Order: sequence, then structure tokens, then C-alpha cells
Amino acid sequence: MTSPEQVLFWVLGPLSVLSALGMVLARKAVHSALFLAFDMLCLAAFYAAEQAPFLAFVQVVVYTGAVMMLFLFVLMLVGVDASDSLIETLRGHRFAALSAGLGFAIVLCSALGGALGDQAVVGLETPQANGSDNVYGVAKLIFTRYLFAFEVTGALLITAALAAMVLAHRERTTPKVTQREMALARFRGNRPSPLPGPGVFARHNAVDTPALLPDGSPAPGSVPTSIAEDMRRDHPPLPASVMVEEGEL
Amino acid sequence: MSPTAYLYLAAILFSIGSVGVLVRRNAIVVFMCVELMLNSVNLTLVTFSRINGTLDGQIYAFFVMVVAAAEVVVGLAILMTVYRTRRSASVDDANLLKY
Amino acid sequence: MVTTSPLLWLLVGLPLLGSAILLLAGRRADAWGHWLGTGAAAASFVLGVAQVMSLASKPADSRTFIDNVYNLVSVGSLHVDVAFRLDQLSAVFVLLITGVGSLIHVYSIGYMAHDPGRRRFFGYLNLFVAAMLVLVLADNYVLLYVGWEGVGLASYLLIGYWYHKPTAATAAKKAFIMNRVGDVGLALAIFLMFQQFGKVDFTGVFSAVGVPGASNVAHGVVTALGLLLLLGACGKSAQLPLQAWLADAMEGPTPVSALIHAATMVTAGVYLVARSNPIFNLSEGARMVVAIVGAATLLYGAIIGTAYDDIKKVLASSTMSQIGYMMLGVGLGPVGYAFGIIHLLAHGFFKAGLFLGAGSVMHAMNDDVDMRRYGALRKVMPWTFGTFALGYLALIGVPPFSGFFTKDKIIEAAFVKGGTSGVIFGVIALFGVVLTAFYMTRLMLMTFFGEKRWADGVHPHEAPTVMVWPKVVLAFGSVAGGFLLIHVIHVQTWLEPVLGTPAEGKPVLSTIVLTVIGLLAIAGGAGAAYMLFGRRAIPVTAPAAGVLVGATRQQLYADSFNEGVFMRPGQYLTRALVYADNRGIDGGVNGIAAFFGGTSGRLRRLQTGFVRSYALSVFAGAVVITAALLLVRVA
Repeated sequence: MTSPEQVLFWVLGPLSVLSALGMVLARKAVHSALFLAFDMLCLAAFYAAEQAPFLAFVQVVVYTGAVMMLFLFVLMLVGVDASDSLIETLRGHRFAALSAGLGFAIVLCSALGGALGDQAVVGLETPQANGSDNVYGVAKLIFTRYLFAFEVTGALLITAALAAMVLAHRERTTPKVTQREMALARFRGNRPSPLPGPGVFARHNAVDTPALLPDGSPAPGSVPTSIAEDMRRDHPPLPASVMVEEGEL
Repeated sequence: MSPTAYLYLAAILFSIGSVGVLVRRNAIVVFMCVELMLNSVNLTLVTFSRINGTLDGQIYAFFVMVVAAAEVVVGLAILMTVYRTRRSASVDDANLLKY
Repeated sequence: MVTTSPLLWLLVGLPLLGSAILLLAGRRADAWGHWLGTGAAAASFVLGVAQVMSLASKPADSRTFIDNVYNLVSVGSLHVDVAFRLDQLSAVFVLLITGVGSLIHVYSIGYMAHDPGRRRFFGYLNLFVAAMLVLVLADNYVLLYVGWEGVGLASYLLIGYWYHKPTAATAAKKAFIMNRVGDVGLALAIFLMFQQFGKVDFTGVFSAVGVPGASNVAHGVVTALGLLLLLGACGKSAQLPLQAWLADAMEGPTPVSALIHAATMVTAGVYLVARSNPIFNLSEGARMVVAIVGAATLLYGAIIGTAYDDIKKVLASSTMSQIGYMMLGVGLGPVGYAFGIIHLLAHGFFKAGLFLGAGSVMHAMNDDVDMRRYGALRKVMPWTFGTFALGYLALIGVPPFSGFFTKDKIIEAAFVKGGTSGVIFGVIALFGVVLTAFYMTRLMLMTFFGEKRWADGVHPHEAPTVMVWPKVVLAFGSVAGGFLLIHVIHVQTWLEPVLGTPAEGKPVLSTIVLTVIGLLAIAGGAGAAYMLFGRRAIPVTAPAAGVLVGATRQQLYADSFNEGVFMRPGQYLTRALVYADNRGIDGGVNGIAAFFGGTSGRLRRLQTGFVRSYALSVFAGAVVITAALLLVRVA
């Protein structure tokens, strides 16, 4: 007999393991995040199957919704493109970590096997004595027995939010530059005109593609300096003859 | 089906998460692996709740989620600060406190 | 009967103040420093005379002044006072020290006239006088020890006065170190007194040891005390086996040699033995050792005195030999104490005079001390020659000069003591007379008679007046001192309350016979010297010597003995200890430190700074703990 729950478990279980492995093995952090999000959705399904509908929804809303979005925001701030090198720098570390992980899995599984065996399962199918369903029961527990913990958790969340603000806040050390000062600085410099927009006369309009000058050579000022540095590092510079110096423009 | 299968699954996920914490260098990915470990623990809590027929396990899982959310908020903020000063999110680059 | 005299401390205080002013005032005192120093010594002398006069005006049994200045130590049963005691014994020493000391101060004004550090010299001299007075005036052994060390310090400073000369610096260190060896003996004696009697003051210790026949102190303790005191006396008085420093001490300026290393400090050992006479009275053995040491040194000093060409070293070995006589005297017991002291007084005068004469000669000869380059000085330096000759006659014991009376009494006392040992001591003393006459005649002949053997550019001249008249005064002492001390002032009677009354005894040979033998001995020694040195020319460089003369020139290998037996093994021991310290102890300690340092250095490498490594170890720990829990559960 295969119950729907069994089908669900044997389909989503291997998938969740695979996506967990994918998260660990993916080179790009964005891919890891996507794998993790999928894993969390799988877990949400398991919660639903285990008579925890409230947790299932909270899992989707809080984890896949809020936490993972936060991860993605940070990833974008840090640089979506940044990919890990897969070469391990600590000698023997990867092997040791793998053996420890494997050993832990084996120890845990054997412990579970020894401890649980044929554990009688009470189950939560029968409605709780104190409520009609599990969501009702959870709510009742949270607001009665765990009320204090709940309030403290609320305080913790507020503290964490404040902490995040404090940590992310950057003190301004120089006075804010006004538009007038910026204009003056531009005219004092050697380029009063606006910088060329990216992609002008170019085949792409990506940020890192330099604009082409009328003679067909790339305009270095058309890309942000940091990206230009990356470009120069990644691609050897063009011959000097075709480069147009910024000052000549 | 016996809910113990979920426990084995949770054990495997936990181990994978811990190996990920150990081998990945990108701090954000390390954080994700920690989240996976927390999630697997939540799965065991939910499963035990079901085995025992009481809802307390689910309450614990709920609190774990809330605390994990707080942890992610602070942790990522710290990470941002570190990245801002060191231009790197690799945990190996923050190795000044040593012999 | 004891009288309190509140002025006694001034005797010490005046020269001490002079010394402090001279040494602390710096160059400001250069112009008048020597006058202040001389004045302080002279004032002390005047005060000393006044005190002694007032002491003498008392009846014989109450001639003791005490001045308890303050309580130095009062701990449990130990009470040490800074207390001065002027009794018959200290009185004669006070007069000797301040009297001869003042004369030598006066002499030094002339002698050190051209020395840029004259003020410092007078500061040291005053310091010495103060310390020596503390030594003889002390009312307890601890204060005596203070003075004892004080004179040692002053002696060190004055021997090394010309510290820029390596020989002087070395000689100062040699004297200081050899004196320390003796001082250990004195210190141990004081410890033993405190341990045995709980007292260190003279009255307390002497009443605790009791008198012969009524003593309740173990014989061994008294003998040990006597031997330890003797060790101290040997160091200070340059007696065998601690004699080697005295000849080198002649590196100091000649007034120093006269005052410290002839007249006063070196006789402190004799004073110590005489002062401690109740202890020595109780121990025949200790007294015998004192007499043996004295007799041996008497011979040793006289023998090495025959070979020196250095005029001051001849006089130094003569001093050693004469102190040997004194030690022999005090070692003979009650029959000899007083005569040892009287010889000490007489010797203080004529030997100081001889040294001052030698200083004048050196002064005239551009500080040359080699007698082989002297000769024929009697015409050039008549005053020096005259006073020196009187001192010479006194020293070798020609009647009626002072040495005749005093030395004769010691020889007589040796024969009075009787027994085999007494006769042996007497014969040794008589043989010493022969040798004394020999080396002193040699000195006279080489210095004042014969041909001129002066080095080029030396123009001898008579010393200035300020250097002459102290010698004249001392020469008067050489002429009349002995007779006055023994037959006019009766010092032996004066000293009886302190040193005890000798039992009446007759010498083995009659006094007249002894005197005749003594005179024959003098004539023999002087005649031999005349035959050897007066009738033929003296080579300017010392001729090659045979075994005996060679050994004598090497001071019978005393320095070689010290070097071979003490210095070299000491150096080897030190080196071995240094090696053991560096390699063994330091090596062990450093090894442990290096072991832990190295281990921690390697362990430190575990702190890689990589948070993943730390996480791995935490995780591995979790695995191990879980596995352990599982195993426990299963088992």
C-alpha cells in the first residue's frame, strides 16, 4: 500500500537531498540560494504532510519568502557574479570535512535506528483536546503556555532589526556634495560634458560594454571605473593607437 | 508510513549542511548551509511532535524559525559590514586573529 | 669602678668629622684640606691626652671610662651598644694612634705636597684614625668589628690611593681579600660568643668565661674562640699564614705605610689578643698556637727581609717580624701580655720613624725604592740619616735605645715561661735578633754608606722642614721610648688591671746572660752584614742567586703557595661552577623553557585564523561526543 504521504516523501525526499547537495556544490552563490529555496519548499511540503499546516505556511512565508529574499539582496550587494573557486586552500580540509560529515550522518542514523526502532506513533490526526485543529492548538499554546517566550522573541526580532540598521548604517564623514559643487567640479576638471552613455554606437547596451567613438575605438569613460578595471584585468587592453585618451575628448 | 523516515532525511540534510559550512568559503553560502541545518532540525522537531502526539514540537520549530530569521538579519548585516571594509565575502580572508 | 665620660665619643668624632668634610666638600677643600685633617688628628690627640691624664688621676682600680653613645641593637637577648671604653689598655693605644697619627699627618703635608689628590689622602687618613680609635675604644666585640672593618676599608683605600697604577690597585685588592679571610674568623668568634654566652660586650663575655680554675665554659669553646680570634688577628696583623699582603701594601704612599702598615693597624691583632686575654688565659692550646704563629712569622719576616732590594719591603717584612715578636709575647700568657704591648708601642715609634725616613729617601731619589741605586746618602741627607740611624739602633736592639728594653723583655719572658717550648721560643727570638741586625745593617749600608749608585738625573736633597721634625720627634721616641715605658712610666704595672698580674718567675738563664747573648747576636748579625755589604761594592742589578737566596727573594714561595693552593683551584672551581651554571642549571632551565616554547610554537600553528578549521574541529568534537554517547548507550 502506498499512501499519498509515502509518494510525497519518496518523491520530494530524494529531491530535497539532491537540492541540498546542489546547494553545497554550486559554484555560484545565486544557484546555491535557489537550491536552498527549493529545499525549503520541500520541507514546507513535509510539514504539511506531518499535520503542521501552520508551520508549512510560515516556512513558505518566512523562509522562502523573507529570509531567502534577504539572502538574494545581500548577494546582489556583494556581487551576484562572484563565484567561488572550487580549489581548496586548506590542506586536507575537504577530506576531513567530508569524513566528519559522513561519520556524523552514520552516527546519527545508527543512533536513530537504535533509539527509535518500532516507535509507536501517536500522531496528530485526532483533534487535540483543546481545540478543533492543529492551527488552533498551536495558537492556543503560543498565547498561553509560551506567551512569555513569544514576547521575548518579539523583543529579539526588534533588537535584531535595530542591530541590522546600526550595522549597515554608514556614518557620513564628508559634507554632502551639492549639485552646484558637482557642476563646478566638472567644469574645473577636463570633461565638462556628460560621460558617454554605455552602448552608444555599440552592439550591446550592457553596463560593461564601452561606447564606441566615431572612429570605432572604445570610449573608456563610458563604463564605470571599477568595471573598467575589471575589463582591463579580464581582457587585455586594446593597442595604444586605438585607445583615445580621456583628456583628448 | 513511519515518521522515522523523516528523521533519517533530516539527519542526512543536517550532515550535508554541516559539510557545506565546512567546505564553502563564501560567507553567504555558509550562512545558507546553516539555514539548511536549522531547517533539518525543524523537520525533526515537527516529526517528533507527530510521534508524540503533542504540539510542543511545532511550537519549538516556530521559535527556531523566528530566531533564525533574527540571526539571518544580524548575520547578513555583519557580513555586509565586513564586505564593505575588506571587499571580500570569503571567510578565509578574515583570518587576522591567529598565531 | 667605672666612670662615665661624656666626651669620649669626641675622640672618634673629631677625625670622623674631618674625614667627612674632606671627602664630601670636594675640590673646595683642596686649599686647606690638609690643615683641617692634621688639625682634626691633633685635636683628637690633645683630647686623648686630657682623657688619659684624667684617667691616670684616678686610683688604679677605677681607671675605666665608659661613654654609652646609643643603643645600636636591642633584639631579644642581644644588646649591642655604641659604647666607648677607655681603660688602661685603650689609653696607650689612643695615645699611640693619635700621637703617631698626628706626626704622620704633619709629615704628609710635605710628602704629599705635589700630589693633586692630597685632600682625599687626608680624608682617608682621618677616616683611618677614626676607625682605629673605634677599634681600640670599643666596649664590645661588635663595635670592635666595626672599627676592624673600618681600618680595613681605610687601608684598602690608602694602599690603592694611586689606583691608576695597576700594581697599587692589585695590592689594595690583595690586602682587602686576605683581610676578609681573617675577618671571617673574628666574625665567627663573635657569633660563637653570642651563641654561647648571649653577650658580645667585653665585661659580659669575660665574666661569662670566668677565670682559670673557676670557669664553667667548656674548654673546647674557649679554645675555639681563641683560635678564631687568632685567625682574625693573623689577617689584620699579617701573620702566617695570612702575611702575604703586607709587602704588596707598600704600594701605598709612604706615610700610609708608616701609620697603618707599621705603627697602628697591623698591631690591631696584638691588641685583639691582649684585649681578649681572659679567653686566652683559659686555653693553653690557643695561647700556644698564638706563640707558634708569632715565632714562625718572626722568623719568616726576618728571613725574607734579608733579600729584598726594595727599601719599603725590607721595612715591611721587618714589621711582620716585629709583630711576630709581639704575638709571641702575648702568646706567652700573663708573663708576656704587657711586654707585647710595650714592644708594640716602642715599635710604633721607631718603625714609623724608619718609614718616614724611607719616605724622605724615596722623595729625594725620585720615588725610586731600589736600594741598589742608593748609596752614600748620609752626607746629602744628614737629618734623615741621623733619625733613621737612631730608629735602626732602636730596631735591632742596641742599648740604650728603645728596642733593647722591649725586645729583651719578650725574650726574657719566653725563658721565664720555661719548659721546652719556652726555650725554643726564646732561641727563635734570639735568632730573630741576629737576622734583624743583619737585614737592617744591610739596609743601612746599602742606603747611606758606600758608593753613589744613583740613577742619572737624580739629585738627592734633604727633606723639607715639615717632613723633618716629625722624624725628630719619633727619633726621640726611638732613643728613649723603651727605657721610659718600662723603667719610668712602668707601663707593665699600668696595664696590670686589664692584662692581669704575671706570676713571679725567673728565667732559665739569668737576665744578664740573656742580655749578653742578645748583644752578641746583634753584633754577629750586623758584622755579617758588614762583611757582605760594607766591604765590597754593591752591584746595581741583583746578582744571580743560589737556591737559598733565590727562595728568600721569592718570600719563601709564599705567593706561589697561595697561588697554587688557593688561587688556581679557586679559579678552576669558579670556572667549573660557571660552566655548571651555564650548561647544567641554565641549560636545564632554558631547556625546559625552550621545550615549552618550542611546543607552544608548534601548537600555536593550530591557530590558523581560518574559521573553517575551527568549525571543523568543533564539528569533529560533536561527532566524537555523539559517537561516545551512542557507544555508552549501546554498551
